[in-house]
Amino acid sequence: MRPGLYGLMAEFSDPREVVAAARKVHEAGYRKVDAFSPYPMEGLSEALGLHRSRLPLLVLVGGVVGLVAGYGLEYWASVIEYPMNIGGKPFHSWPAFIPPAFETTILVAALTAVLGMLALNGLPEPYHPVFNVPTFALATKDRFFICIEANDPKFDPDQTWSFLLTLGPRVVSEVEQ
Amino acid sequence: MADLAKDATPPAASPGYLVGPGHDFASVTEKISSIVLQRKTPWGWFVGFTISFLLLQGLLVATAFLLFKGIGVWGITIPIAWGMDIINFVWWIGIGHAGTLISAILLLLRQEWRTSINRFAEAMTLFAVSCAAYYPVFHLGRPWLAYWLFPYPNTMGLWPNFRSPLIWDVFAVSTYATVSALFWFVGLIPDLATLRDRAKSQPWKVVYGILAMGWRGSARHWHNYEAAYLLLAGLATPLVISVHTVVSLDFAVGIIPGWHATIFPPYFVAGAIYAGFAMVLTLAIPLRKFYGLEDFITMRHLENMAKVMLATGLIVAYGYMMEAFMAWYSANSYERFMIWNRMTGPYWKAYWALIFCNVIAPNTLWVKNLRTSVPYLFVISLVVSVGMWLERFVIIVTSLHRDFLPSSWGLYSPTFFDWSAFIGTLGLFATLLFLFVRFLPAISIFEMRTILPGAEPEEAKR
Repeated sequence: MRPGLYGLMAEFSDPREVVAAARKVHEAGYRKVDAFSPYPMEGLSEALGLHRSRLPLLVLVGGVVGLVAGYGLEYWASVIEYPMNIGGKPFHSWPAFIPPAFETTILVAALTAVLGMLALNGLPEPYHPVFNVPTFALATKDRFFICIEANDPKFDPDQTWSFLLTLGPRVVSEVEQ
Repeated sequence: MADLAKDATPPAASPGYLVGPGHDFASVTEKISSIVLQRKTPWGWFVGFTISFLLLQGLLVATAFLLFKGIGVWGITIPIAWGMDIINFVWWIGIGHAGTLISAILLLLRQEWRTSINRFAEAMTLFAVSCAAYYPVFHLGRPWLAYWLFPYPNTMGLWPNFRSPLIWDVFAVSTYATVSALFWFVGLIPDLATLRDRAKSQPWKVVYGILAMGWRGSARHWHNYEAAYLLLAGLATPLVISVHTVVSLDFAVGIIPGWHATIFPPYFVAGAIYAGFAMVLTLAIPLRKFYGLEDFITMRHLENMAKVMLATGLIVAYGYMMEAFMAWYSANSYERFMIWNRMTGPYWKAYWALIFCNVIAPNTLWVKNLRTSVPYLFVISLVVSVGMWLERFVIIVTSLHRDFLPSSWGLYSPTFFDWSAFIGTLGLFATLLFLFVRFLPAISIFEMRTILPGAEPEEAKR
């Protein structure tokens, strides 16, 4: 295999074609595959056999951390560190502690959702080989791409190339590292 | 997804469509991104921006004078210690709520028509919250000590009183501002990538490139992205309800007649959505006109917004009715005096103007011809905005100016500096909006692509 080859990329202009192609690529046993589309397509991630995102679990953990931290802060500040009699209310005024604890729950959960999404996606990522394909800029407009990476065990420059051609793409191009 | 495609491809000339006929992925991308990238900035933009920017400068001058002299330059006195500052705070924060409602709640309810209006409604939220934040901070009197509101270990050994709704407010509003900004930015990432790939000039490529963080539309990324977007919507929904609930508790926890009412939280939340939809209409109507976006923000969008306004307006009207009823039914002489004084006292004009703007005027939206008339909707949206401002005026001022002891009665009249702060924040809001429509896509491009016919192939469905 030629050094410096990141993978092979097939370009499609129809959403139906790319989903069908992605399914065939998956059925052919390729696993180091990614598809690119200008908008989220449920069908495409299904065709690639992607598992459920781990993000919901992370967000749940974030929410629980926010809740415990928020309520813990209120309890510690109002009962342990600085107990003060205000209007004869108990130091541990739990009903009044709910709103701030609720807000910290949402805050930490939302921050986890965003930072977690970026982390799982490996963003920000200033450089990526797929951008070397000249028409790849259309992936954010109206084109769809499938890229089979060279480090896939089934990858063979010639065979994979002819396999991609059978899927009826507009063009197949090499992706430089 | 099937009814989605049905929605997007109506029989020709049907007024109910979401996207004008004949659009595809390329034309949608082209049309929205060209406002930012290629089209010449219309002269109206420069005029509008200049006026708003001048008003913003007015805000800076008024604020500088306020800091120099102290908040005595405002009209607030005892007993009316909450005047226009708190009125405007509640007004602005309420306006923001429609943005979150459109972007989060309508997303969860699968209301696809939200797609073309969510982006600028979210921007509106962000800017309205910025304007809102100005007032409580400067109303503190010593705004440079505003950080004392946050719990942090300090040399004074003090902690905030978490039993106070005013501290709840700090948590609610700051969380709301943060989450709104996150939601807005996450929604922007794929569109920033579109702008990066379509910008002609190198500096803009770099700027949009940095903001897009290397987004490349990978299916694996979209997978996590969709999860994050839905989760954020799910988190923002209870958040937005909590924010205005906490704002209403600032009043309802007090014992002042006219404030101490259990109906306040739901009635404030409905009022916030009502005011917010009015503001979205006020912004959407000129936006679609000046940038020729009638294909994307269609009559169906405007009519749906009018319907939401009508529905929330009726909830608000119910709130007014219940306030009056409970005042009578409570048999409490202070409550009875409060409502009677609202209707016939020194501020009777404000009360009846409020009833006209918020109860009578929006009921004309029952008539389909009026609901589908763009100029009429524009006028009604302004009337509702005025009405909601008056509502806060009536709640705050008429409740405070006659409390339990006649010896502590007073009157409130806003000063020049009250008005200049208000008009100044209108300038801040408009300046930010003008910059937003000029430099960022005002309509979510990638979400518009998803509602085009054929976006999600048939065979992909299970």
